[in-house]
Amino acid sequence: MNSFVDKIKKVDPRDAKLGMAHFYVAFIGLFIGGMAGLLQTLVRSGQFTLPAGIGYYQLLTLHGVVLALVMTTYFIMGFQLVAVSRTAGTLSSKQRTAGWIGFSLMTIGTVMAAVMILLNEASVLYTFYAPLQAHALFYVGLTLVIVGSWVGGSAIIMAYVAWRKKNPGQPSPLLTFMALVNTLMWIVATIGVATTVLFQLLPWSLGLVDRVDVAISRTLFWYFGHPLVYFWLLPAYMAWYVIVPKIIGGKIFSDSLARLSFILFLLFSIPVGFHHQLMEPGIDPAWKFLQVVLTFMVIIPSLMTAFSLFATFESFGRSKGATGLFGWLKKLPWGDARFLVPFIGMLSFIPGGAGGIINASNQMNQVVHNTIWVTGHFHLTVATAVILTFFGISYWLIPHLTGRTLTKAMNKLAILQGVFWAIGMTFMSGAMHAAGLLGAPRRSAFSEYGGAAQAAEWIPYQIAQAVGGSILFISIILVLYIFINLAFFAPKGEEEFPVGEAADTAEKAPMIFENWKLWLGIVVLLIAFAYTIPFIDLIENAPIGSKGYKLW
Amino acid sequence: MAQPRLEKRTSTKVEDQSSLKGTLASVFLLGFFLIITWVGVFLLFVNRF
Amino acid sequence: MHIHKFEKIWLIFGVATLLVFLSVIGVSAFYLGNQPPSCLATINPEKVDTTAPFDKPGLNKVEGKEWDYELVYVASAFNYNPGEVEVPLGAKVKVLATTKDVVHGFNVAGTNINMMLEPGYISEYVTTFDKVGEFLIVCNEYCGAGHHMMSSKIKVVE
Repeated sequence: MNSFVDKIKKVDPRDAKLGMAHFYVAFIGLFIGGMAGLLQTLVRSGQFTLPAGIGYYQLLTLHGVVLALVMTTYFIMGFQLVAVSRTAGTLSSKQRTAGWIGFSLMTIGTVMAAVMILLNEASVLYTFYAPLQAHALFYVGLTLVIVGSWVGGSAIIMAYVAWRKKNPGQPSPLLTFMALVNTLMWIVATIGVATTVLFQLLPWSLGLVDRVDVAISRTLFWYFGHPLVYFWLLPAYMAWYVIVPKIIGGKIFSDSLARLSFILFLLFSIPVGFHHQLMEPGIDPAWKFLQVVLTFMVIIPSLMTAFSLFATFESFGRSKGATGLFGWLKKLPWGDARFLVPFIGMLSFIPGGAGGIINASNQMNQVVHNTIWVTGHFHLTVATAVILTFFGISYWLIPHLTGRTLTKAMNKLAILQGVFWAIGMTFMSGAMHAAGLLGAPRRSAFSEYGGAAQAAEWIPYQIAQAVGGSILFISIILVLYIFINLAFFAPKGEEEFPVGEAADTAEKAPMIFENWKLWLGIVVLLIAFAYTIPFIDLIENAPIGSKGYKLW
Repeated sequence: MAQPRLEKRTSTKVEDQSSLKGTLASVFLLGFFLIITWVGVFLLFVNRF
Repeated sequence: MHIHKFEKIWLIFGVATLLVFLSVIGVSAFYLGNQPPSCLATINPEKVDTTAPFDKPGLNKVEGKEWDYELVYVASAFNYNPGEVEVPLGAKVKVLATTKDVVHGFNVAGTNINMMLEPGYISEYVTTFDKVGEFLIVCNEYCGAGHHMMSSKIKVVE
């Protein structure tokens, strides 16, 4: 793809409409989930009670489901669909129809799950651990969201296959390749959660079976739950690898290494769920450690990504005449929100990733498991690195899709938005990490724990979390204001959908990266290796199952 | 046409080695951060019962 | 596929660091006995109160084991039995716990005693209480409306 063709490349209006539908839902979700988060921090400061009989855990369920399952999935599906349209070519009507069917199923499911949560029939948090039992319609709703995502994902697979047929022997366009990898990973991962919901939780909540095997259910969930976070992360990496270089006026450092990193994510994101179950009985510590080793493998593509990104920035800076070890930093377009906001995201992944390595370190997890440190960790990773990148994408993508432009005024607001987020998150996540090390639990409403001295230590940190949370909410209002402006009011014009070019145009990525039989084969082998024996052990040694509980 | 291109390729390659010094420094700073935070929590683990 | 010399250096350093981390925690776990709590024993959650040792919750002296005491907890929504216990300083204790209903956490705040209690399973952890003080046990896994009021107390005394 040469830059002449790039300049006139616009996402087809029919595909733009499909993308925007996803973004409308995502940003509505951001508002609802963000409001919930603000109220949670206020409750936990000890200075605020929830109005209208809202339960804290009901609110927390809403926050997790809407932000971690709905908003993310919708944004990612929308982004990937338009990215494929942009780089592999306008979707066929069959592919677009699949996209719309997927969107509809997901939306029906989302509404069902949301209604159940609002009716206080599903205050089970977004991980819905058995034997807490939600209303059957909650599980039906989540099933529809997952199935809808499969149908939408099929559009991406079909588009990829069509491109490969038309271009034999050619590596697929980089963004399309990455969207495909993320889609494949998602489908393999969701098999786990679909299995526990369809074969365990749904029949159990409908009264068709009395009891459920809790350990199996958790294991199937976390088989899904870890790759879920990579499903979130990979689209951010797509933007960092392919889009940010174009925005700054530079080149992609290495097309091949970017593809390699994504293949490594595909292979090693899934057979690692036990690192979320390190404190659980019923799983042999040898298998826990094996999955810890596999988890450490998945750190490697992120180390590669860090190098690629610094290299992209440095190469660009030096091409503009920068000298010295870090002079290239000054050449970066700090006044361009399309760069700055994702860049803040990149920076936050440094402490975010560091915390992740600690969390996964086998017995070291005892220091942090289920403390509010963990909440601090994922607010750096998904709620900063990923989400700020998604916001940064929106700032050019929304106007691109709606035929408008990102004005200087909106750009200024966007920069303010990013800065507020950084400040708010530093307070909130920083305080969460510190309180967590002091033992403060996560997922907990305000409590003085009977006057215990240790618990009293946690409260000042919770006040800091409320300060941070409030600043973050202001930032969310800014995002929503900008979104509405860019979607409906900004001046009409042409906003570029930036797609980077490789620095070395002569280097063609090895075709082995597109050998899906090979990669999916290895994925299956790794999952079988990491899970078969401990899973069989869970089944063979299973205690009597649990009846359902509604304890809220 | 071919000659200037060849020149550009070799000179970029030579520049390559020195022009990523900042990258090397940056990733090693990142690496040290990963090590320091990990060791910090490891020491907490070792010193707690 | 060309890989820049500096990237090779970085990745070798990175992978080596990860290998060192894994070796340290591996040796600590498999040779020094610091495994994460991974008891494989099962129990009928509906018969906890009549199944040993959960029929006698609290601190119990034991003989002929590698530890001096067993500290037995029964968790349920929303309390731990016992609600308060005194442990002698320096005691080597096997902490055992299980739940009668939903999944609960069991975290002695500020210590490495941090385990998940799942219905049907027994959780255990052996440690030496080598610090004097009052330690709060919190439930750190959401278990319902009373989750944030579920706690217990350990006093380590001379």
